Amino acid sequence: MAKDKIRVLIAKPGLDGHDRGAKVVARALRDAGMEVIYTGLWQTPEMIAEAALQEDVDVVGLSILSGAHMALVPRVMELLAEKGMDDIVVLVGGIIPDDDRPALKKMGVRGIFGPGTPTEEIVEFIRKEVKRPDVQ
Amino acid sequence: MDLIEHVLKGEKRAVARLISVIEDDEPRAREALAQLYPHTGQAHIVGVTGATGTGKSTLVNEMAKEYRRRGRTVGIVAVDPTSPFSGGAFLGDRIRMRDLFTDPGIFIRSMATRGSLGGLARATADVVKVLDAAGYQVIFVETVGAGQVEVDIARTAHTVIVVEAPGLGDEVQAIKAGIPEIADIFVVNKADREGADKTVLALQMMLDLNLSSRSGGAEWLPPIHKTIALSGEGVGAVVEAVEGHLAYLRESGEFQRRERERAAAELENILRHELMRGLFERVERGLLEEFVDRIVRRELDPYSAAEKLVRGQR
Repeated sequence: MAKDKIRVLIAKPGLDGHDRGAKVVARALRDAGMEVIYTGLWQTPEMIAEAALQEDVDVVGLSILSGAHMALVPRVMELLAEKGMDDIVVLVGGIIPDDDRPALKKMGVRGIFGPGTPTEEIVEFIRKEVKRPDVQ
Repeated sequence: MDLIEHVLKGEKRAVARLISVIEDDEPRAREALAQLYPHTGQAHIVGVTGATGTGKSTLVNEMAKEYRRRGRTVGIVAVDPTSPFSGGAFLGDRIRMRDLFTDPGIFIRSMATRGSLGGLARATADVVKVLDAAGYQVIFVETVGAGQVEVDIARTAHTVIVVEAPGLGDEVQAIKAGIPEIADIFVVNKADREGADKTVLALQMMLDLNLSSRSGGAEWLPPIHKTIALSGEGVGAVVEAVEGHLAYLRESGEFQRRERERAAAELENILRHELMRGLFERVERGLLEEFVDRIVRRELDPYSAAEKLVRGQR
């Protein structure tokens, strides 16, 4: 069922303190008509999953520039599944080496957006993914 | 309805889903609320309002922690404005409440106003009912807080806290019309800043003026508390004041009176909404446009046009 408003959680897991990119994306999504719950820095996977649950979001966007994605993302995916949120669209942004991308996709990450990705691309991707019924 | 059962058991995922159903005004929202309603009425609803930048979210964060220390469960509804241009919203209140994310006794929901102008979203009162029915004992409702009078909160909450902060260029913020009437408790936050005492004084003077202009003494004199929410300083006293207000409401019969007022206001609101909807469903688009044309041509005045529409005349 297509919802009126797409709700997106944007979080920065781990110790990475560079939030400019996350804020740019958050603003772009807001300007595209979405409701963005911005939880900011130093989020643990537990905090992210719980917030995603309470806010009943359609999308979780993780911004990771610290290189810790291979440790953080699996944990987030695990917790989301545990809490019964298999239909959530998880996106990862930041510094993600090409070599790691297939592994992340296998974990269930639907989109990976590196620095310099035009925000329109992210907006369109979300619009497409959220309307489509889950095709796992 | 299965979802309702899970909500009544306090299961968070069900609570979150039901809130969405209601927020999106899905067809099953009405029935869900009808089933929920008998289970509401236990929670203490505390509204927190004040201009942007006064520290409402931080204050709510600290008050929630204090309530948790006292063994109560807490729900928080944080409202932020929807952009009238894009229809989107940046919901940034949660960021101040990071300590509460994984506390099992706390539920936080961020809401966008989605066009409503009174400081809350149209669905906020109903979302509060969901949290009430789910068993949260204290429910904070944080308004948009753009600085204008936010009447909605007075109708939704039992206790209204108005938050001020010094140095925002307006020690007299609180004197603007409407605020004195809705405040049960004043908090001057960021009290370590210059001008805090001046703000307290301004509030005190305003309250004194208000008191003398009311016939008979007011039974509840809104206290003024200084806090530094970031450090938690002074928050314990505010929570005491909130508890004190609830006790006063119950002992004085005010609680019942406000419940009646709330129910009446809510019924009126819904009736208005329903009548408008019914009317617009009956009137064909073309007819409406025709009336508008006649008004522009000065053949008909807007009042007569409206009357004809209501009566189904041409």
